[in-house]
Amino acid sequence: MQLDSKVPEGPLAEKWNKHKFDIKLVNPANKRKYDVIVVGTGLAGGAAAASLAELGYNVKAFCFQDSPRRAHSIAAQGGINAAKNYQNDGDSVFRLFYDTVKGGDYRSREANVHRLAEVSVNIIDQCVAQGVPFAREYGGLLDNRSFGGAQVSRTFYARGQTGQQLLLGAYSALSRQVDSGKVKMYTRSEMLDLVMVDGKARGIVVRNLINGEIESHSAHAVLLCTGGYGNVFFLSTNAMGSNATAAWRAHRKGALFANPCYTQIHPTCIPVSGGHQSKLTLMSESLRNDGRVWVPRTKELAEKVRSGQLKANDIKEADRDYYLETKYPAFGNLVPRDVASRNAKMACDDGRGVNKEGQAVFLDFRDAIKRDGKDLISAKYGNLFQMYHKITDENPYEVPMKIYPAVHYTMGGLWVDYNLMTTVPGCYALGEANFSDHGANRLGASALMQGLADGYFVIPYTIGDYLARMPYDKVATDHPEFKKAEQEVKDRIAKFVGKSEGTKTVDEFHKELGKIMWEYCGMARNTEGLTKAKKMIQELRADFHKNVKVSGGDKEFNQTLEKVMRVADFMELGELMVDDALNRSESCGGHFREESQTDEGEAKRKDDEFSYVAAWEYKGENQQAELHKEALEFENVKLTQRSYK
Amino acid sequence: MNLTLQIWRQNKPDINNNGNYQNGEGKMTEYKVADISPDMSFLEMLDELNEDLLKKGDDPVAFDHDCREGICGMCSLYINGQPHGPESGTTACQLHMRSFKDGDTIYIEPWRAKAFPVVKDLVVNRSSFDRIMQAGGYVSVNTGVTVDANEIPVAKTIADEAFNMAACIGCGACVAACKNASAMLFVSAKVSQLSLLPQGKAERKKRVERMVAQMDEEGFGACTNTGACSAECPKDIPLSSIARMNREYFEAKITSNNV
Repeated sequence: MQLDSKVPEGPLAEKWNKHKFDIKLVNPANKRKYDVIVVGTGLAGGAAAASLAELGYNVKAFCFQDSPRRAHSIAAQGGINAAKNYQNDGDSVFRLFYDTVKGGDYRSREANVHRLAEVSVNIIDQCVAQGVPFAREYGGLLDNRSFGGAQVSRTFYARGQTGQQLLLGAYSALSRQVDSGKVKMYTRSEMLDLVMVDGKARGIVVRNLINGEIESHSAHAVLLCTGGYGNVFFLSTNAMGSNATAAWRAHRKGALFANPCYTQIHPTCIPVSGGHQSKLTLMSESLRNDGRVWVPRTKELAEKVRSGQLKANDIKEADRDYYLETKYPAFGNLVPRDVASRNAKMACDDGRGVNKEGQAVFLDFRDAIKRDGKDLISAKYGNLFQMYHKITDENPYEVPMKIYPAVHYTMGGLWVDYNLMTTVPGCYALGEANFSDHGANRLGASALMQGLADGYFVIPYTIGDYLARMPYDKVATDHPEFKKAEQEVKDRIAKFVGKSEGTKTVDEFHKELGKIMWEYCGMARNTEGLTKAKKMIQELRADFHKNVKVSGGDKEFNQTLEKVMRVADFMELGELMVDDALNRSESCGGHFREESQTDEGEAKRKDDEFSYVAAWEYKGENQQAELHKEALEFENVKLTQRSYK
Repeated sequence: MNLTLQIWRQNKPDINNNGNYQNGEGKMTEYKVADISPDMSFLEMLDELNEDLLKKGDDPVAFDHDCREGICGMCSLYINGQPHGPESGTTACQLHMRSFKDGDTIYIEPWRAKAFPVVKDLVVNRSSFDRIMQAGGYVSVNTGVTVDANEIPVAKTIADEAFNMAACIGCGACVAACKNASAMLFVSAKVSQLSLLPQGKAERKKRVERMVAQMDEEGFGACTNTGACSAECPKDIPLSSIARMNREYFEAKITSNNV
């Protein structure tokens, strides 16, 4: 299979404009003849559904939650980047582009990233016009902050709830279109398969989660805006329902899956405490602006902290190892996420972790409070301190926080071309569900930017190019292909329903899968571990299909059934992530291969061998996936080794 | 900790497949849970119960949840007579077991309101909230037809107040807390946000009229200013937002642009 990225010719800065002119348009009067399905109602899906309906297309939007407003974009805290240069500090579209490609460790497509930087400025205009209450200065103009180690202040924010406010903006635009009759909204509906007719995506099969009915929906194009797959790890900062099923089902129908091993492990999360934990909570990384990361200098001291004989505040200055400040004097505690995470792991692997489980480091505000006063620290981080206090029952104004890295975001996803189309004609992937813009590592405040860029400003143009070539004819849902897909879904469900004799619960299997992934395909990976993990996942999957215990029936509200279907797909995706990690024997971004490091223990890329997108083709159940490569060419940025010393 | 749970179990939905009310035949059922860590969240305690039930071959308790960090608004448990339980400014997912004592009996029910019919056990249908938002909880602006963001200056005090209103997570605790099952706090939060901001001014009259009309049509009760909604709101939406909506509503009715 030849992967054609369809990146337009011409100078980088003119590609998108030129492309918008070159692609075909659908006449305004003809748009109403086309139906578009949008799966997922987060930033990408909500924005796309609203924008396409405004243009005149008939949109059907689907979400598994009880309301489109609950999509997991809502939980994003920090902010959204845009190259507005309102602060007059030297930002520009080109700088945002450059930072994003560099931050992604040179594993993303230049043209896509430049387009993202270009439309970033429109996103802010759009959101403000919708009534999104961004932070403002006293003069009434928008405020910005620096985020994630960026050297300019380009991040727009709404307290610590930027994702919520942006999502509610998209939700309001979507609600308006539902009111106008251009969007038909299906809540508590989960996509379980993609339907192909004559080689094109022509619809989906969903399960109505309230009554369990299997329903088919037909359209001229299908947009998957279904988020990332971080929940493969069981424990992550994702919502409990976040899943990969829609994307995985499309993958099984021919959509290549790109760079599945690129996962982002966020350094500042509340550590795991005990086996009952269901999810991990992220603390905004803005905390690292003032907090100092440290562990005790020796294992012996750490052991005393773990057993409760010694309190953090009683440890003398000389016995504290501020390892980030020592190792990276230029960036200190503000090193990028992957570097901060890896170093926390190294300190804990070294036996110097500070909670009962030995899987935590300190994030200490003692010196900041001494310097700036409690009031100022409270004004900056009050809500985060309160959240931490509530969860852990420890007061961070008095004792250092304990933090540990957690799975947060997945840069990999369905392979898409410049138009955001997957390798299945008519099937698009937007937002975190695609692989397109973040390379091997995503910068802070860039996820919201990409979701909204794809939904508001890219797909409304690029989908026209495809639809303009499509006949208006609709495919009826009693077409044999729909019936076949429905039957496949029913058969899949039937395999799980009534497995009340199973020996282990879905969660138990999911936790085991998570442990394998975290241990061998987490913050550091090597050939031996990955090889072992592949076999372990295969065995676990076989055991899962044989022994998982499911209660209740299929024609009813059944949360166990919902879960088992999702975990079944995670069991397959997990193996592909391991395959990809095994193939990529270089380190880059969030993917650290122990065999490929510099003398100082930093990630070492192998640009000659691995400057490509790894796109995997599904070859059948329990068959080895096939690798395809899209070469990455860099004409506008210079590849360098990232250094934060 | 060892606890006794009294949980509302309801197998049949309040609304049948034809859209009509039926008797869901629910009842409170007793369960015991043992060895609960005070560091667990309330929902993790329910996870433990469900794992036990599943292993015994019983039907797990259905309850809504998703983000588990207090922002998605999905969780909706009425715990010991209070929406989201005993802690103020906290959703059920952020409630921890250290708020309870060993040996306690905890009563867990769904939101109770005619406009929130029960789907199963503790799960209710809150689509009525979506329909209220569809009736006007937006600024009518198409993608792309916008001016530069800084062409619309907003005084910081106004922007901050608009944010306070926009913090609503749409969970429905206000309705569950209200003896009349009124949705005034929810509706007033959105009306307030958009009538405070310059972007929302053009449609402010029509918006409040339509949203209030939809609220009434959904079967939510009237407001009698008892303030339980605001006291129980996990995001501390103030009662003053209802006063603001009432002013907006009267003004709209007197000077309406709609005939």
